[in-house]
Amino acid sequence: MDSIINPFSSGTRLRDMIRAIRACKTAAEERAVVRKECAAIRAAINENDQEYRHRNLAKLMFIHMLGYPTHFGQMECLKLIASAGFPEKRIGYLGLMLLLDERQEVLMLVTNSLKQDLNHTNQYIVGLALCALGNICSAEMARDLAPEVERLLQFRDPNIRKKAALCSIRIIRKVPDLAENFINPAAALLKEKHHGVLITGVQLCTDLCKVSSEALEYFRKKCTEVLVKTLKDVANSPYAPEYDVGGITDPFLHIRLLRFLRVLGQGDADASDSMNDILAQVATKTESNKNAGNAILYECVETIMSIEDNGGLRVLAINILGRFLSNRDNNIRYVALNMLMKAISVDAQAVQRHRATILECVKDSDASIRKRALELVYLLINESNVKPLTKELIDYLEVSDQDFKGDLTAKICSIVEKFSPEKIWYIDQMLKVLSEAGNFVKDEVCHALIVVISNAPELHGYTVRALYRAFQASSEQESLVRVAVWCIGEYGDMLVKNVGMLDVEDPITVTESDAVDVAEITIKRHTSDLTTKAMALIALLKLSSRFPSCSERIRDILVQQKGSLVLELQQRSIEFNSILEKHRNIRSALVERMPVLDEATFSGRRAGSVPTTVSPSTGASLKVPNGVVKPTAAPLVDLLDLTSDDAPAPSSSSGDFLHDILGVDLSPASGHSGTSQAAKNGTDVLMDILSLGTPPAQSSSSTPDIFSPSQNQKTAVVSLDGLSTPSPVSARAASPQATSSIIDLLDGLGPSPPAPENNGPAYPSVIAFESSSLRITFDFSKSPGNPQITVIKATFTNLSSNVYVDFVFQAAVPKFLQLHLDPASSNTLPASGSGTVTQTLRVTNSQHGKKSLVMRIRIAYKINGKDVLEEGQINNFPRDL
Amino acid sequence: MIRFILLQNRQGKTRLAKYYVPLEDSEKHKVEYEVHRLVVNRDPKFTNFVEFRTHKVIYRRYAGLFFSLCVDITDNELAYLECIHLFVEILDHFFSNVCELDLVFNFHKVYLILDEFILAGEIQETSKRAIIERLGELEKLE
Repeated sequence: MDSIINPFSSGTRLRDMIRAIRACKTAAEERAVVRKECAAIRAAINENDQEYRHRNLAKLMFIHMLGYPTHFGQMECLKLIASAGFPEKRIGYLGLMLLLDERQEVLMLVTNSLKQDLNHTNQYIVGLALCALGNICSAEMARDLAPEVERLLQFRDPNIRKKAALCSIRIIRKVPDLAENFINPAAALLKEKHHGVLITGVQLCTDLCKVSSEALEYFRKKCTEVLVKTLKDVANSPYAPEYDVGGITDPFLHIRLLRFLRVLGQGDADASDSMNDILAQVATKTESNKNAGNAILYECVETIMSIEDNGGLRVLAINILGRFLSNRDNNIRYVALNMLMKAISVDAQAVQRHRATILECVKDSDASIRKRALELVYLLINESNVKPLTKELIDYLEVSDQDFKGDLTAKICSIVEKFSPEKIWYIDQMLKVLSEAGNFVKDEVCHALIVVISNAPELHGYTVRALYRAFQASSEQESLVRVAVWCIGEYGDMLVKNVGMLDVEDPITVTESDAVDVAEITIKRHTSDLTTKAMALIALLKLSSRFPSCSERIRDILVQQKGSLVLELQQRSIEFNSILEKHRNIRSALVERMPVLDEATFSGRRAGSVPTTVSPSTGASLKVPNGVVKPTAAPLVDLLDLTSDDAPAPSSSSGDFLHDILGVDLSPASGHSGTSQAAKNGTDVLMDILSLGTPPAQSSSSTPDIFSPSQNQKTAVVSLDGLSTPSPVSARAASPQATSSIIDLLDGLGPSPPAPENNGPAYPSVIAFESSSLRITFDFSKSPGNPQITVIKATFTNLSSNVYVDFVFQAAVPKFLQLHLDPASSNTLPASGSGTVTQTLRVTNSQHGKKSLVMRIRIAYKINGKDVLEEGQINNFPRDL
Repeated sequence: MIRFILLQNRQGKTRLAKYYVPLEDSEKHKVEYEVHRLVVNRDPKFTNFVEFRTHKVIYRRYAGLFFSLCVDITDNELAYLECIHLFVEILDHFFSNVCELDLVFNFHKVYLILDEFILAGEIQETSKRAIIERLGELEKLE
């Protein structure tokens, strides 16, 4: 033992200190010992004690490892490095690596010592310096010392060459500009026989390729053959005890070589081709009963997946992964899952075959495997398997670990949202998730659910009853409670009257007071959070109007809440109470059902996600015939947001403050009293201003139905302000005029005359898109009996003198529209308008009568073999489509 | 690339910590604490890999000691597992039947050994014999 601690044999103080520290029974004792030691070391530093300097620094390193501050020892490292002997230098460099890092200014002082040591005659000292440089080198040091390191790549002793190679990696990672100096000496290392030098050389070349395309080209051309041969030699080498791991010679070198071949083969068919044979050999001949063999196979599979396509090899690789997946060793299964994620982009079908096994892995007891498997399942889901897979995942949610529920819930919600084939399924699945793991469901997911519910009027009754049941069963799930309370507030009457009963439902008897119970329980339960309680208060207010028989009871609950210590709840209950007591006449108008929430707006607002499949690319601006020049880079969301926010949405405006406020503001300007009718027209005006050139079709054809309920139910704001009842006639008479005059002022284009209503399904053609090279005209027709569907005949005309080949037209629409594209009449467009191509589009507008069509288009074609891409958006559709 | 190497005992005492990326001292202590918490309670049947922030930790337990390597997410997990084992074999050979106390009292030697095995976060030498011979030469210089 004593010989091992040789450098400190002049005194056993380091051992003594470690013993003393280990003997401490409490943390306080330990601190005392450390304090005493540190004081002694500081004293020695102050006295500039030389004899024990390296012993003191060693002690400091131990103290540092225990977590105590040791900054005062940094300068001692530098002094030791500058001393002459190897033992001092060794401790000095060790201290340098442990106590300092590349960010300390002190490090500047060490560059000179390093330079001297890199040129030292003693190769062990050179080794020390290289090691320190490799571990803590900063960009500045890299620049200063790169020539020394480059020279050392050719040093006679292999121990120095391999250290210099790894040092070079650090240098080029810090300063990629230096890469080109290293290309030639690095290539020379690839011819070495010494494994240490070879493996570090391969690693250096791999890193060079990462930072320099020049290096990549060079190695691809000059070294692929050499590397293939080296790998062949290593793979076929006879038993070599020095490098043997479980019967395989140097698996580390195997792996480094395979990794470098991957870099060279990626994107280069010739290089890939030259390595096919050796990859096939490694993939078939490597023993897979030991970890080392599997590590090589794993690396080999990754290389096969990444290099240019070779069908046979890929089948081999997928088979290896299949074997891995059924392995009993968890590590092997883990890497299989990891690699299948990459394989999915290569051969999704092959991965789908392992779906059942992967699904089992989601239920593994090991969190690492679960996490990988869940991500893989997420990638595997498509329209055809979403139902069974979601069912499996939701079933598993019941029994899964608490700390996995968060991940699992998020993924299920995302799957359901993305692939839901129908609304009822979406709602059903979300309710199951909310009941099982409502506390893990994020707020925005709940909001999305509410938006969907609100957009499915035929399911309102079903949903509110299902939520009522779910609430009874699992009222501890916060998100479930919120959604339930919201829906009961909105659709409470449907709950009680069993409106819209579906065949699949069991009948349920809920009294009005049962429904009020839900809100009351929620308010009174102390675990409910503020938002939930506030939502319950609103639900109560709404129910007070829906259920007159319960209004006394509701008032009592609200009165109790007036004493709430939470300001928000107190304020709400006081306000609501006064509505109940003093403003009975407007109450029913105030608590109208919420307007249908707009799905496109909502999805657009969520994290800026683009709701359609075509992602806007290329910064080129583009001319749309209605005079708007809009950069195509502007996300489609903007477009959707704009139209949906400002769309008149006549039937839903009753509670929409934005519209009403705008309407009230605008209507005096157009010379009307602030009536709700005028408000409507005011909004239209605004709409027209914003959408520039949308034909001012009079929307009154769809509005009458909303005027039929009592007059003052129209808008909350208007009613609250006590404005007089509307005078529809004057407003209606004045509005078209006002609208069209503004249009004229703004663009004077008047793209199409206002479509007269009740004129049958005849719509004017529009020029949907026109650029210097291309014109697209749309002709519209309606299929009789289904006003939601519009058939558009698109006619493409080539305005240039070149023939367009491979002509492809693509279109994207927001969520409330469904688009079906028939094949085009041809994919070649003759030059100079000497012929046209036509294509039929069928658009289904689920918000027919509320929203106009909008579309974003992309046209790709080739002129003389050159790709051309044009993009645009169309918002000059006739209004009533 | 290896980000850092930790040797910890079951109680979470750090016996060796080597960082190949710069971290503040406070951050290092946090990392050590978190890694220990991640690995210490895992079932031996579980994988030897845990995801840690944006990287992953490959760990292996030998008696009461945990050897943990933090590597890039794209690195070959199985290879690093083999790498830990090789390091342990070298330690075992050098200290002839290594135990935790050897590592405590000779921590500076352990760093010396590690520096001959791994440099700049990459493997430097794959032959146990070559490393042991080199260490023998260095010993003579002390």
